[in-house]
Amino acid sequence: MAVTRNGGGAISGASRPVLTNRPGAGLPATKGGIEVPENVILTTVDSVVSAARKFSLWPMPFATACCGIELMAVGASRFDIARFGAEVMRFSPRQCDLLIVAGRVAMKMLPVLQRIWLQMPEPKWSISMGACASTGGVFDTYAVVQGVDRFIPIDVYIPGCPPRPEQILRALMDMQAKIQAGGSVFGTGLPELAEREKMLAEKRNLPVGLATARERGDEGRFGYKSPGGDALLGADETR
Amino acid sequence: MSEEAAATLPPVVGQLKDRFGPAVIRVSTFRDNVRVLVAADRLIDMLSYLKAEAGFAFLAELGGVDYLGYPGRSEGARFEVHYVLLNQETHERLVVKVGVDDPDPILPSVVSLWAGADWMEREVFDMYGIRFEGHPDLRRILMPDEFTSFPLRKDYPLRGRGERHNFPRITRDES
Ligand code: SF4
Repeated sequence: MAVTRNGGGAISGASRPVLTNRPGAGLPATKGGIEVPENVILTTVDSVVSAARKFSLWPMPFATACCGIELMAVGASRFDIARFGAEVMRFSPRQCDLLIVAGRVAMKMLPVLQRIWLQMPEPKWSISMGACASTGGVFDTYAVVQGVDRFIPIDVYIPGCPPRPEQILRALMDMQAKIQAGGSVFGTGLPELAEREKMLAEKRNLPVGLATARERGDEGRFGYKSPGGDALLGADETR
Repeated sequence: MSEEAAATLPPVVGQLKDRFGPAVIRVSTFRDNVRVLVAADRLIDMLSYLKAEAGFAFLAELGGVDYLGYPGRSEGARFEVHYVLLNQETHERLVVKVGVDDPDPILPSVVSLWAGADWMEREVFDMYGIRFEGHPDLRRILMPDEFTSFPLRKDYPLRGRGERHNFPRITRDES
């Protein structure tokens, strides 16, 4: 009969020691003082759930323009989004938890985008990919929404026109970091966004355009203060 | 137009002048385009004639222009609608133009002549607000139905009047 390191032959149920093959190795103990066996990790449920979520994101590709082509490249073998566990692109919002807005969104398309976002089950996250989705890009015209984050919550922005596939993967990793850091079992988004959204909600009742203009303060359209003010765009046009 | 340019005009222009007289307001050329400006009340007559008798049976394009503030243009209507016709036998092209003015631009529809004009007239209506009388279904085609302006009019600002941002915000709490 093999003799265990614990020195016991037959072990009785009552005095059963903690199973470890390295006695005195300084293993962590629980609050109650019970030593934790090897290959067991102590953590919180939130953290485990977040880890599970972040490595199995199912993207909803909302690809309305050229950025969508780059998104396809990320799904293909050279860049291979499957390495990050996010290769299961679903074309039904009911089955997705990561909205990727890839391309410009026209004013006729925005209600569709909002509806898709509302149809996605919680917990859900969103990436605004490319200059157009994030700011309207070069399409500063009457029909193109100047940044989808005006109307739906966005977690990660990707600059570029179009962004390189590596940037999309980088954004995915950022997304994963955020999910790990901010996720909870009940999964209602990222806490750092809550403040901003509260502020947006307060401005809900202002007339169209004014809310955005106030939020910008004295910043110009491109997000920095221009020395003599933003001369070219009137209040009417900046909205 | 100079004399030698007139000499190179296709014969159909002469036929139109004979037949429609003063309703042919102006004939001009640019490179190999021949443009005939016609009075609005004879438009349908001329297009029917071109389609049925002169061989220009194919409507290749129908579009609109807003000449508001156009440099060098002091006369003529604010809007023009052009009909690019193709003769499929001889491969000649002919542009028939017609002017139409504010405040209530209305032209006769050519859908009865070319069914393919349906969506093109809807687009001209959508962008310029020119209404086509007799069109079976004159609705907006590109802009959303609730849109109230005509975006390609020159007095409409490029960035619009805030329509593009007239949507509810959805926050994290509500979705
Ligand atoms: S950001 Fe550039 S590549 Fe992406 S949709 Fe806009 S124009 Fe296309």
